[in-house]
Amino acid sequence: MTWRNTLVGALAFAVVASAAVVLPAWLMSLATIALANALVVLGLIILWRAGLVPFGQALFYATGAYTVALLGRFTDLRDAVLFVIAAALLSGILAYLVGLLLARYRDIFFAMLSLAMSMILYGVLVKTETLGSTDGFHVESATFFGSALHGRTAELVLFWFVLAWCALAALVVSVYFRSVAGSLAVPVREREIRLEFLGISVNRLIHLKLIIAGTLAGIGGALAALAVEHVDPTMAYWTTSGGFVFVTILAGAGSIAAAFIGSFLFELVRSVAVDLMPGTWQIILGTVLLLTILFLPGGLGSVVTVGRRRLGIKTP
Amino acid sequence: MSAILSVRGLEKTFGSVVAARDITLDVPRQQSIGIIGANGAGKTTFVNMITGYLRPSKGSILFEDRDITGLPSRAITRLGIARSFQVAQVFPSLTVDENVAAAVAVARTRASLLMSAITPLASAPATAEAEELMTLFQLGDYRNARAATLPQGVRKLLDIAMALVGAPRVLLLDEPTSGISIEEKFAVMELIMTALASRRTTVLFVEHDMEIVARYAERVLAFHDGTVIADGPPTQALADPTVQTLICGTAPLGVAAGEVLHAQGLRS
Amino acid sequence: MLTAFAILTDGLVYAAYLFVVAIGLSLIFGVMKILNVTHGSFYAFGAYGAAIAVGAYFNADYAAAGGFLLMGVVAIVVGLVLGLLIERGLLRVVYGRDEVVVVLVTYSAFLILEDVLRLLWGTESYALYQPLAIGGNVMVGGLVLSGYDIGLVVFAIVLAFAASYALRHTRYGRLLTVVIFDRELAAAFGINVSVMYTVTFVLGAILGALGGAVMAPKIAVTLGIGVEVIVLAFAVVIIGGLGSIEGALIGALIVGTCRAAAVHLVPQLELFVIYAVMALVLVFRPYGLFTRAQPRKI
Ligand SMILES: Nc1ncnc2c1ncn2[C@@H]1O[C@H](COP(=O)(O)OP(=O)(O)OP(=O)(O)O)[C@@H](O)[C@H]1O
Ligand SMILES: [Mg+2]
Repeated sequence: MTWRNTLVGALAFAVVASAAVVLPAWLMSLATIALANALVVLGLIILWRAGLVPFGQALFYATGAYTVALLGRFTDLRDAVLFVIAAALLSGILAYLVGLLLARYRDIFFAMLSLAMSMILYGVLVKTETLGSTDGFHVESATFFGSALHGRTAELVLFWFVLAWCALAALVVSVYFRSVAGSLAVPVREREIRLEFLGISVNRLIHLKLIIAGTLAGIGGALAALAVEHVDPTMAYWTTSGGFVFVTILAGAGSIAAAFIGSFLFELVRSVAVDLMPGTWQIILGTVLLLTILFLPGGLGSVVTVGRRRLGIKTP
Repeated sequence: MSAILSVRGLEKTFGSVVAARDITLDVPRQQSIGIIGANGAGKTTFVNMITGYLRPSKGSILFEDRDITGLPSRAITRLGIARSFQVAQVFPSLTVDENVAAAVAVARTRASLLMSAITPLASAPATAEAEELMTLFQLGDYRNARAATLPQGVRKLLDIAMALVGAPRVLLLDEPTSGISIEEKFAVMELIMTALASRRTTVLFVEHDMEIVARYAERVLAFHDGTVIADGPPTQALADPTVQTLICGTAPLGVAAGEVLHAQGLRS
Repeated sequence: MLTAFAILTDGLVYAAYLFVVAIGLSLIFGVMKILNVTHGSFYAFGAYGAAIAVGAYFNADYAAAGGFLLMGVVAIVVGLVLGLLIERGLLRVVYGRDEVVVVLVTYSAFLILEDVLRLLWGTESYALYQPLAIGGNVMVGGLVLSGYDIGLVVFAIVLAFAASYALRHTRYGRLLTVVIFDRELAAAFGINVSVMYTVTFVLGAILGALGGAVMAPKIAVTLGIGVEVIVLAFAVVIIGGLGSIEGALIGALIVGTCRAAAVHLVPQLELFVIYAVMALVLVFRPYGLFTRAQPRKI
């Protein structure tokens, strides 16, 4: 069963990668951003499965993005792979540090404390001249394996680059979901006491989840910075975090694929809504979120699961 | 026979409430001890302190001559003291199978968190241990039922089965038969005690039913207002006149609720 | 010396405003265990309402005192309408679900209301300048203080006393303490928890709107003010401890003073300081200064 999932996943990534060749430019740039953001959502899904919703995941997203931006501005480094690895490391370390405090909290305390942490970064970014203040600054184009690219080729390669990170992340997360620590999400959510009395520290389990999610968000931010070629403090603002939470709830905690599909739909609907009905984007967001919570608590992913059960297909 | 568990001058206060006062006793290996006492006598508090859920205000606890006072419960569990709960603490939305599997998996990887993040959940030896426990507690029929839907008694058994993962040497059971009908109580208790005897587990169980205590305890601790007022074999302890008046015939719940409203001045 | 005095007075004024906003948030949390993100909308609607209605009132040249009274009326109307709408129409459906889910529901409502604000009053910003002018200025120890600010501080103090008196000495307040202490128990003793919830939520909403109304003269009333305030108010109540009046008061004073100090000494750190203080408090007191973590009975 798991092998089949991996195969289906690999196939899906391959199909998307080849389809990219014929995608119109606007759709490809939209998909690039959506994929980058999906990594953040993937991390949030890890936490959401354990009943945790951080309202400040943008902290790591922005950290990743600014890492890339600052490396480009203050050093001669230009290699995209190096950029992303640096961003992953930095945001991972930050997640470890923040996690020392955050892992002790649950429910709304967890949500809002994480929010506060991201607001600290936001405050610093807005007020610091060298970090570009409110306007942020331009991100230098990266090189891919030594060569600088331009035009359509650059867009295509960047898309594949982002896609490759997504495939890697999906693989890592699926290994994690099948592991002991990863499969304890429901127990963490439902009965911490029992886990403690089985001899494992729930706080440490959550800390690990935070580090994984933070690193993923950092990678997502780095990729987004490469795609948008600009960073600014709103990347750390809580409405950015809110958007990620939104996609997470919409996607549901059920599957990895849902993170990518949800993120893509989100970007698509947003770009359409902003064009057709300016000024009502948040009404749409709020309403969809409400409807999801009320009528589809398992998210979009659960539609598939329920569908399969109806058809008598056993779900993994 | 040396003591596996020793308690010295244990005390616990919650604000002005003294829930445990100067409790001192030794528990020899493989003894089965019944703990009795009225509601609010401090039985659960005693269990909570030994298993690290509550830190004693005073006194010390020794397990195999090692001071475990103030250790977190997970450390105490790893040393070999396990417990079940007055209200079964199982994972409600998981099936019985998944509950036991989770417990076994945790017990097997609790040493390293990073290992647990890459070790797959299911493995052959883990499955074998889970199966053994399921058989021991006759949980096979409920294998695929979600824990939330189990009959009270079965849920309690699941709770105890999960506590037994990793073969603890001391097991504390907080009211293993509460919520189970009178007719079934003895059968359940028989099942538990047989399983524990086969594993040579030292057991302390909190129990309100004196018949069960008389049948399954080799020794009885009677609690009243946080102190041990009688300690000895059942025949002797249960016959104690103070125990008779204070415990064997006590007022049920409802007192605490009255207290609250009274404190708020809502009731004259 | 003058700076220290300025920090103190600025801090106090800011604290007064934070307290008015935070106490409603804290009340709703204490009773209903809901972290109400919509509080930001109540605040914003209060501010818009005041800026428009009170502004019009002053422009019509009626008696000044009535203008201040009108702020209260605006708050009550906003609180009643929005509070009832959200509690009856929305929260009622999700009571009993995870705390986080309920937060998300209030977050959705907040998003929707943000755009409603935009649709109603557009993207321009509104200013309510008359109250500050009417309040005038006072010279104290070489510092110019605005009369309106002084009034705000007095108002906050009165509100604090009134709230703590109401909680201890009125029938509703005492019933409320029972609900806070143990909801099931309260229900078992025949307290109508459902009605208590509605009343509490509306009260909290009115307080939130009041915060916006009294703040309107001091800020540019524009889109996005609700977002800021919800995060700030949260920092305040978390420092003090969610669900306690003393907590909201102390939290407001700490945040107010820290921010004022930062503004006067190191302006770059303005936002940073607030959350850094909050993190620091939580390292030592995980649930704020006025609440203690209690072991769950098992
Ligand atoms: N976490 C706590 N906080 C405050 N008081 C507590 C706490 N836990 C227990 N108590 C008080 O300590 C006393 C002993 O409680 P405990 O739960 O140990 O009694 P018990 O003997 O297990 O009663 P029961 O038979 O009802 O389970 C009671 O007065 C109780 O109210
Ligand atoms: Mg008890």
